[in-house]
Amino acid sequence: MTQPTRSFNGRTVYIIDGARTPFLKARNTPGPFSAADLAVAAGRPLLARQPFAPGALDEVILGCVMPGPDEANIARIAALRLGCGHQMPAWTVQRNCASGMQALDCAAQNIACGRSDLVLCGGVESMSHAPLLLDPKLVTWLGGWTAARGIAERLKTLGRLRPAHFKPVIGLLRGLTDPVVGLSMGQTAEILAHRFQINRAQMDAFALESHRRLASAQDQDRLEGEVETIYDPHGNRYASDDGLRRDTDAEKLARLKPVFDRPFGDVTPGNSAQITDGAAWLILAGEEAVRRYQLPRLGRIVDVAWAALDPAQMGLGPAHAMASLLTRNQLQIRDIDYWEINEAFAAQVLACLAAWQDGDYCRSALGLDGPMGEIDQARLNVDGGAISIGHPVGASGARLGLHLLRVLQRSGARRGVASLCIGGGQGGAMLVERHAEGMP
Amino acid sequence: MSESIDSKHWRAQIDPDGIVWLHLNVSDASANVLSSAVLAELEQQLAAPRAGPPRGLVILSDKPNGFMAGADVKEFTTFTDSTQAYTQIRRVQTMFDQIEHLPYPSVSLIHGFCLGGGLELALACTYRVAQDDPRTRIGLPEVRLGIHPGFGGSVRLPRRVGMFAAMDLMLSGRTLDARAAKKIGLVDQVAPARYLQRAARALILTPPGPRRLALRDTAATWRPIRPWVGRILRQKVSRHAPRTHYPAPYALIDLWVRDANNPQRMLDKEAASVSRLIMGPTARNLIRVFLLQERLKSLGRTSDFSPQHIHVIGAGVMGGDIAALCAMSGLRVTLQDPAPDHIGASLQRAYALFQKRLKLPRLVRAVGDNLIPDIAGNGLRQADVVIEAVFEDIAVKQKLLRDIEPQLKSQAVLASNTSSIPLDVLGAALARPERLVGLHFFNPVAKMQLVEVVDGPATDPAIARRACALVRHIDHLPLPVKNSPGFLVNRVLMPYLLEAVTLESEGVPGRVIDQAAVDFGMPMGPIELGDTVGLDICLSVADILSRRLSLTAPPRLRELCEAGHLGRKSGRGFYPYRDGKPVKPPVGKGYTPPQDLTERMILRMVNEAVACLRQGVVADADLLDAGVIFGTGFAPFRGGPIRYVQETGIAGMLETMQKLQRSYGERFAPDPGWEALLPRGPQL
Repeated sequence: MTQPTRSFNGRTVYIIDGARTPFLKARNTPGPFSAADLAVAAGRPLLARQPFAPGALDEVILGCVMPGPDEANIARIAALRLGCGHQMPAWTVQRNCASGMQALDCAAQNIACGRSDLVLCGGVESMSHAPLLLDPKLVTWLGGWTAARGIAERLKTLGRLRPAHFKPVIGLLRGLTDPVVGLSMGQTAEILAHRFQINRAQMDAFALESHRRLASAQDQDRLEGEVETIYDPHGNRYASDDGLRRDTDAEKLARLKPVFDRPFGDVTPGNSAQITDGAAWLILAGEEAVRRYQLPRLGRIVDVAWAALDPAQMGLGPAHAMASLLTRNQLQIRDIDYWEINEAFAAQVLACLAAWQDGDYCRSALGLDGPMGEIDQARLNVDGGAISIGHPVGASGARLGLHLLRVLQRSGARRGVASLCIGGGQGGAMLVERHAEGMP
Repeated sequence: MSESIDSKHWRAQIDPDGIVWLHLNVSDASANVLSSAVLAELEQQLAAPRAGPPRGLVILSDKPNGFMAGADVKEFTTFTDSTQAYTQIRRVQTMFDQIEHLPYPSVSLIHGFCLGGGLELALACTYRVAQDDPRTRIGLPEVRLGIHPGFGGSVRLPRRVGMFAAMDLMLSGRTLDARAAKKIGLVDQVAPARYLQRAARALILTPPGPRRLALRDTAATWRPIRPWVGRILRQKVSRHAPRTHYPAPYALIDLWVRDANNPQRMLDKEAASVSRLIMGPTARNLIRVFLLQERLKSLGRTSDFSPQHIHVIGAGVMGGDIAALCAMSGLRVTLQDPAPDHIGASLQRAYALFQKRLKLPRLVRAVGDNLIPDIAGNGLRQADVVIEAVFEDIAVKQKLLRDIEPQLKSQAVLASNTSSIPLDVLGAALARPERLVGLHFFNPVAKMQLVEVVDGPATDPAIARRACALVRHIDHLPLPVKNSPGFLVNRVLMPYLLEAVTLESEGVPGRVIDQAAVDFGMPMGPIELGDTVGLDICLSVADILSRRLSLTAPPRLRELCEAGHLGRKSGRGFYPYRDGKPVKPPVGKGYTPPQDLTERMILRMVNEAVACLRQGVVADADLLDAGVIFGTGFAPFRGGPIRYVQETGIAGMLETMQKLQRSYGERFAPDPGWEALLPRGPQL
C-alpha cells in the first residue's frame, strides 16, 4: 500500500463511529421531533455503545441552519440532554447546506492542532419546524400599538391595520431563497440545467435511480448500524427514511409539474431533494483517545476543501470544491473509489458531472489545463441520495461523511470524496480514507 | 446580630432591626420533629425576657431537608389514655395561640417539608414564606394517621385559605408545592432560597393587610348552611373511606359543622376529638403502619450504593415500567428488547407516567432523555445494576443470564424480577451467583410501592443491601424476603384469591364476594382483582405455587382461561368489561350471602401469613404486616394480618379455623405457626 495521502497539518484525525436518525419527510405540519429531539435521538444510541462515558468528550459541535426559537446554540442543548455534563463545551456552526460538514471540519481541525482529542460532531435540521414569521409591517404596527396611549390614539392606530399585514412569512421558503440574487434554490438548478443542456428525462431518470438504490440498500440492510430507530413520546417508531417512493416510475415522475420556474421549467418536487427532518453524528478522535479507550477506527478525515462561486450557480459548488481538493492532494478521479455528492437537485448533480467533462469550464472556471474527466455513476451515491433519502439541510453534510465511510468499509475500498453544494454559492468537499489494519 | 439566646434545639437571634430570628435545629435528628421536648423549649424561648418588644418574629429551620416534619409520631404511641393526650394537645394549642396573638408580626420561613404540626405552627404566624423549589411540600397529612390536625390546624386553615381548600387538604392529606400553596393563599410569598430572608424581613417591616376569603367560602361557613355543606363533604369522603373504618375525616367535618364560628370552642373540641381518635384502633394501626413504612425505608439506608445507570432487559409491562420508574428518579436507563414495538409501547406508558407525575414539559423531557431504547444491549457493559424482566420461564431466564454475565461490569448488581422461580435455580446458570438478587416489583410498578428483595442462598449480603438501596433510590419500599415459593406477597394473596374463586363456583355472586372483601377493608375485591391481574397470570402463579404449597387452583379458573376469558385485558373474565370497567350483574333481592364468606377468604390469607412467619420468609411479624399491607393493600387500619389476629383474639380465630377445617377440609388446617402466636402454651 502506498503512503497515506496528505493529512490535516498536524495530528491524524480518526473517525470512530457514527449514527443518524431516519430522515423523516416533512408533511405540511410540524413533525414529531424538534431539532434538539432529533440530535438527542441520534446521539443517545451512538454514545451508549462507546466504551467511554459521554462526559469524556472534549467538545460537541453541531451544524444547524435554522434551530428553533428555543434552541439557541443547539449544540449545547444537545450536549446537556445527552448527559455530557455541565462541563461540556459545545458550539453550533452554520454554513447553510454544509453546516454538518462544517461541524466535522471544525472538529477535525481542533483534533489536528491538538486542542481536542475526542469530539462529537454532526448536523441536524427539523425543517418541518421552520417558523412562520410575522410580516415586518405587522411587527411595526404592533410596536405602535404598544406605544399608543389613550383611547383616541389607540383607535387611530387600529385604523391603520390592514388585512395584508397578517399574511404570514414562511421561514422555510425565505431560507431557501438567495437574497443577493433573488433566486430560489430551485431556480439556480434550472439555470444549470439550461447551461449544461440537461433535460427533464435525464433529471427524472437520475431521481428514479436514487429511489431504486435506496430501496435496495434498505432491503439488503445496508443502512443497519447507521440509521437508529427512534421513538416519539406516543411510542410511535421511526425505523427508516420515509421519503422513499418504491411505487414511483418514469411515467409518474414525468407527470409532475415544475415548481420553481412555472410553467416552463424542468425541476419538479420529484427530481429535487425532499424537505426533511433528521440528525447525524460522528465521533472523531486523535491518537491519544484511540489508545486510551482502545477505539476501533472506521477511517480518517484527510482533508476538507471549500470553494465559492456565483450564487446563481450555487449547484456547481461541488465541482469547484472537489477540484481543489483533488488538486491539493495530487489525486486523479481514478484514485477515488467512491463518491457522495449531495442530491440537492438531479439537475445540479448532473451539471457538476458535466462541468468536469467540459474542457472550457474546467479551464475558465476551475483554472485547470483541461477537463477533470468523468465520474463513474456506479461509484456515485451508491445507496441513493437526498432525492430519495431527504435533505435536512444542516444534517446532510454529516450524513454524507458517515455513509461514505461505511461504503468504503463494506467494499474494502480506500478513498472516498463527499461533497455538497451550498446555498449562497459555495461548495464543500471532504476526502476520507478507510482505516485498514496495519495502518498508522 | 446583637444578641443570641441558645437552647438545645432552638437558637434565637435579634438583628439590628429588632427582628427575632428563631432557628430550629433539633439535635441528634436528621429532620425537625416537634417532640414534646422541642415544644417545651419553644415555650421557654417565647417567654424569654428581652430588652424591649421585638419588631417581629421569624421562625425558620436550620435543617437542609425541611422546615418541620410535624409532631413526633412515635410519641403518639406512648399516650396511655385520652386525658393525657388532651392535656398535652391543649398545652401546645395555648402556645400556638400565644404566637398568633403576639403584638408584633410573625413569619414562618418554609423550605422542604412543612407538614402536620409544622404547618400548624406556621399557620399560627401572621405570614408564611415558602421557598420556590419542587422539594417544598406543605400539608396536613394527619388523616392518613387516623387523626386530624390537633394543634389548631383545623381551626386556622379554613380561616386562612377558605373552607373548601382547607377541607380538601385536610380530608385528603395531600401536600402542595410552594406555588400551589401561594395560589390558595396558604403562603403569602414564594421566593427562591436567596431571597427568603429578604421576603420575611419585608413582610415584617411593611406588613400587608389580611387576605380576604372568597364569597363562596364565607357563605358556606354561614351557620345555617354548614350542615348542608357537611353532608356533601361526608358523602364525598364515604366514597374512599367508610366511617366504620376511618372515623377521623368524619370527626373533622363534624367539628367544623358544629363550631366553625367559634374558634376558641373549636380549638378545645379539636383537642378532645384528636385525643379520642388517637386512642382508637384505627389511629393506632395507621400510626404503626407509618412507623413500619419508616422501617422499610431505613432498610434502604444500610448501603451507600448510589447507582447511576440501570439496564433493564425485557420491555414488557413490568420491564418497561421499571425502566420508566428508574428514569423518573433521574437514573440513566437503557431498555433492551429485541422487539422495537415492545420498546415503543413501554415508552408510551413511560411518557404518560412522566406527564402525570411531573407535568412541566421541561421535566418530562429531561426524564424522557434518561430512558434510552437499546435494542442491541449496549447498556449491559456500563450499567451499575442490570434488571432482567423477560418471560417467566426457567430456561429462557437461565440462557439470558448465562449470555449476559460475561459482559457485565465486575461491580454490577444483577437482579431478576422473577415472581416464582427460585433464585438458586437462576443462579445455577451463573459463574458468580453471589451477585444475583431478586427484585420483585408489583404491577402497576409506579403505584405499588413495595418491592420484594429476594436473597438467594448464594447472594452476597452486600449485594442485597445494594438492591435495597436502589429500591429506596426510586422511592419504593424494599422488603427483604427469603428465597421461597411465591416469596411473601403472592403467597399470602393466592389462597385468598383461590378461595374467592371457589366461593364463586359455589354460586356466590362475584359482586357479593367483592363487596365482602371491600367491607373488610381491602382496596378491591378478589374477583375483580383476579380479572385486573389477568386470570392466566393468576393460574400460572397458582400452578407454580401448588407444586410446593398445599394449594389447588379451582377448575373454574382453568375453564375461564381456556375459554379465553382472561380478565380486563381480554374484555371478559369473571365479569364482562365495558370501557375497561367491570359490569357486575345485580344480585337478587332475596339473596343472603353465606355467613362464613369473609372468614373463609380472610382466614386463608391470615393462615398463609402465619405460615410465612413460621418459615421465616420475612424477619419478623412487623415486616410481615408491612409487606402484606404495602404489597396487597390489606386493610391498613387493621394493621396487617398478624396484628389483625392479635387484635381479634388468637384463640377465637383458631377455633374458627378449626370449624372451617371440619366443614371445608384441609385447606383450612391451621398452620403449626399459630402455636407460637398463642400467649401461653400450645392449644393444638
